[in-house]
Amino acid sequence: MKFLAARRRSPLVASALLVGALAVVGGGYAAIASVQPASAALAVGTETQIDKGQKLFLEGCSSCHGLQAQGTETGPTLIGVGAAAVSFQVSTGRMPLAAPGAQAPRKDNPYSEEDIAAMAAYVASLGPGPAIPTAEQLDYSNADMPYGGELFRINCSQCHQAAGQGGALTQGKYAPNLMEATPQVIYEAMLTGPQSMPVFSDATLPTKDKQAIIAYIRHLQEAPSQGGLSLGKFGPVTEGVFLATAIFAALIGAAVWIGIKSR
Amino acid sequence: MTTTSPVEKAGGATATYVDQRIGSNKFLSRNLGKVFPDHWSFMLGEIALYSFIVVLLTGVFLTLWFKPSMAEVVYDGSYVPLKGITMSQAYQSTLDISFDVRGGLLLRQMHHWGALIFIAAMAVHMFRVFFTGAFRKPREFNWLIGVVLTTLGLLAGFSGYSLPDDLLSGTGLQIARGIVQAIPVVGTWAAFLLFDGEFPGTEFISRLYGVHILLIPGLILALVTVHLMLVWTQKHTQFPGPGRTNDNVVGYPLLPIYMAKAGGFFFVVFGIIALVGGLVTINPIWIFGPFTPDQVSAGSQPDWYIGFLDGALRIMPNWETVIFGWTISWNIFIPALIMPGVLFTALGLYPFIEAWVTGDKREHNILDRPRNAPVRTGLGMMAISFYVMLWIGGANDIIATAFDLSINSITLFLRAAIFIVPPIVFIVTRRTCLGLQRRDREKLLHGYESGRILRLPHGEFIEVHQPLSQKDLAVITSKVDHEPLPAPDKADADGVRNKKYRSQSLRHKLSVFFYGANVPKPSAAEIEAGQHHAAHSAEIEAPLHDYEDADEFRRAHGGVLHHPGMAETNIEQQAEEHSGH
Repeated sequence: MKFLAARRRSPLVASALLVGALAVVGGGYAAIASVQPASAALAVGTETQIDKGQKLFLEGCSSCHGLQAQGTETGPTLIGVGAAAVSFQVSTGRMPLAAPGAQAPRKDNPYSEEDIAAMAAYVASLGPGPAIPTAEQLDYSNADMPYGGELFRINCSQCHQAAGQGGALTQGKYAPNLMEATPQVIYEAMLTGPQSMPVFSDATLPTKDKQAIIAYIRHLQEAPSQGGLSLGKFGPVTEGVFLATAIFAALIGAAVWIGIKSR
Repeated sequence: MTTTSPVEKAGGATATYVDQRIGSNKFLSRNLGKVFPDHWSFMLGEIALYSFIVVLLTGVFLTLWFKPSMAEVVYDGSYVPLKGITMSQAYQSTLDISFDVRGGLLLRQMHHWGALIFIAAMAVHMFRVFFTGAFRKPREFNWLIGVVLTTLGLLAGFSGYSLPDDLLSGTGLQIARGIVQAIPVVGTWAAFLLFDGEFPGTEFISRLYGVHILLIPGLILALVTVHLMLVWTQKHTQFPGPGRTNDNVVGYPLLPIYMAKAGGFFFVVFGIIALVGGLVTINPIWIFGPFTPDQVSAGSQPDWYIGFLDGALRIMPNWETVIFGWTISWNIFIPALIMPGVLFTALGLYPFIEAWVTGDKREHNILDRPRNAPVRTGLGMMAISFYVMLWIGGANDIIATAFDLSINSITLFLRAAIFIVPPIVFIVTRRTCLGLQRRDREKLLHGYESGRILRLPHGEFIEVHQPLSQKDLAVITSKVDHEPLPAPDKADADGVRNKKYRSQSLRHKLSVFFYGANVPKPSAAEIEAGQHHAAHSAEIEAPLHDYEDADEFRRAHGGVLHHPGMAETNIEQQAEEHSGH
């Protein structure tokens, strides 16, 4: 230590320390930088997939979203929306849009799964955004379904209705019926907030909560109607319609039948 | 020859035993033979009565299990999707009734469907009474009782809807509280008084429970009794027909005919309610979840009978006035308090208003045909169309999603339609009634159109008219022509100013409006002549020849009445027959 102590005021020390510090910072940066592109490539997809995705994008999407997905007057930019948004919009047939309107309706999807993955990879390569959920994230088998029901009623039912039958929003927009939504679609919708829906990121609604909500929606989709004929689960309106038509037809029919005998 | 069976003997002995103690024989002999007129529409009120009985019975069952308490509990029943969720005891006990009490869901659904049927039957019964003018003297009070009963029915229904403390009923109560708060000056205090503090509080469900199971059903029972006693003493009205006058009742005796009919109908109604309760879901509270004020479901609607109020609230523009720092919420006050207030007041007072306008002080035991009171029928249809518009407003979000419409356009449309559609309905209905009156006059003067087309020898086609049947004649001639009230004079013969001129003049104008356009009924001689003429020409225009295969001919050629070589006209044929050919 005497050796170091004796030379610490030497003019060479400052230069040596500088070189050392630069080596640590630069080397560290190089190490991290070399790791990051590798993982990004993993999430985004291979070069060929991205190229294919770009081709499909240019064919099917660029007329509204722009040649570089930068957005135009008729369609928003897709830079940074992430692979999950592409997967949600295209797999449910909402995109490509058939016609402009209040809202993109659900329809048959013309693309194969690989096509959708390619387009998702292309859009993900444009900027960071939510990735397509993994099978592990979508596994709701251990989820707390009653808790998911509570979360559903707090966060979802004011638009999607308590039974998931959907509801009206302003100016012809609507929250769609959830009876056909797959776990992946539900997860991606929460992650990306399509159309009028708010974003429920993993920070506000952790994966566990999302799984619980998916479990509850699956229950709504599959549970039998305990009280008999469900009348569409729309609540008192369809009950009233049933009352005014079927029940009163039966009651008045019976009254006429009893009254007519004496004529 | 007195061979009485043992059954008769035992029955007679029992009757005598009871009669000697309470004097029942005289009462029964007088009343069991009481005659009631027969028509299917007279059974609409019975539907209300019977469904009310079903609701009472099923309601008693529900009270055995329901706990009207807001105490917080953690659910541990058999409905898995709510396990471990914190909820009120009221909601928990309703879940238990639905899933853990044997037959509980069936009886709950019967109770709810029965309640919907009860109120709907009262409404339909009221339509019948209104459109046939059965509310006229001497039955105005019974109409008034009916209006009160309907109002009580609405309250009974809404209080029941609010008891289970599910998300839907809590949302309804939140709106109800908002309506109470919208009463100017006292609103806030009234809301705090009712709920014992802030919403939702812990007291309201138990308070509502007493109202729902004791106060309202008690009032309804008492008023139903008075309602039926009045029907009994005033006797039931009847439709016009042969032999029916204002002073008799044509029909069947209570025993055995109506005992059997009414008893049977009770079981039909009971059966339908049981069937629907067992097969069709109503108010699946387990889907809505427990109520907490921070949650709400899309498509939250009240039951059908409150739908008109909800609709009025939904389509009302957002008007508010601030006076000296206090807000008056016209947006709630007008649609939820003033509108129903005016509607039900007008409904209750209608018989008195009509009597004042027409100056009609006679007793009416024969019902009006709706066409013979075009203004009344028009007003009724106008009120119904107004109500239906509000109904559509109440379901605006469901309609928007079901038919791909914009909820905003539905609201805008209804804001205009609520003022435009009812008057159009009034005009169309009134014109239709007058047209039907004109047709009745035609029938009296020329017989009815038989639908048989006759081609005359010179090529003209005519439709053969036939004289009316006795029944049709009695029904159509039941129309009573009223003269509108005369126009008042400004001053009498001595030049004294008529102080009541303005009110009398208004009354005169309304009376002319009410009766003025009516098509007068032909005189008895004209009817006689018309029917005679129709009979005569029908005889002359009777088919010339009966073919064995006439039916086939008619189907193939639309009726063949003449072949070459046969008589050319009926008169000719008659002449041939007379001359012995």
